[in-house]
Amino acid sequence: MTITKPMVSLLLALTTSALASGGREDDGERSRSAPLDPFYVEECGACHVAYPPGLLSRESWRAVVGGLGRHFGVDASVEAQLGAQINAYLQAHASPRASDDREGRPWLRITDTRWFRHEHRPGEDGLYPGVFESEAVRSPANCEACHRGAAEGRYGEREIRIP
Amino acid sequence: METIRACVLAAAVVAAPAWAERPADFLQRFESQARGEDASFRASAERGRSWFDRRHGGDWSCSSCHTGDPSTKGRHEVTGKAIAPMAPAVNPERLSSERQVRKWFRRNCKDVLGRACSAAEKADVVAWLIAAGAPTGARR
Repeated sequence: MTITKPMVSLLLALTTSALASGGREDDGERSRSAPLDPFYVEECGACHVAYPPGLLSRESWRAVVGGLGRHFGVDASVEAQLGAQINAYLQAHASPRASDDREGRPWLRITDTRWFRHEHRPGEDGLYPGVFESEAVRSPANCEACHRGAAEGRYGEREIRIP
Repeated sequence: METIRACVLAAAVVAAPAWAERPADFLQRFESQARGEDASFRASAERGRSWFDRRHGGDWSCSSCHTGDPSTKGRHEVTGKAIAPMAPAVNPERLSSERQVRKWFRRNCKDVLGRACSAAEKADVVAWLIAAGAPTGARR
């Protein structure tokens, strides 16, 4: 592969934005914490949005990647080398905060975390009761149903449209 | 310069099968594997269609997520995410990569059947996906 000037600037831009947002404490900024890794997107983003790695802790991601053979009832297994690579990416960009339940067990679902439940409480940004079960959304895992830029890693308020 | 051009061309020709295969290559491969078990085996799009639509002892069929019409978009049963059409006639990315075909049969057969698919099952499904959305007359 030839490395072109635009590619270098893109890479620099991605790195700079990752560094700039990495240290922020604001919960609303979590989803912008890292550029999306192409292997992560290909392997994990086929069945659901490639969730921002900053939404779970290292322990949570380790548990998720370690259990891909039976991933919420579905076989999401990846080849060993790819699995290690994806885990390394997730570990590098995971949230520094714990994402675990009261017994200290790592959450496996982003939707179980206190952050998610707070940001998506009924009434917030026009969320109505039953929205996650509606035909257009079907599951809180379906970020794209409302966050129209989710596939590209954008979750800003301007791109929220609740069906 | 000419030598370089020739080398590049040769490399491209040699490398091509690794990343771009044709749907018919998969049909042929699975069909010949299935013939190892049953010499008279011939893939059937019709058998593939009904197999695709049927549950095999579990909660899902292939069509639970992909719909019964491979030329249209599907939707993941659990996450609600849109799935691009399975028929190569409308989605040229399908049945074009050995790695992808291997991966998705491995994962999805386990989800739907609770086991690996046989070569005959794969041959029938591939025949069905090729036929779906293709001009009529292509089916067999």
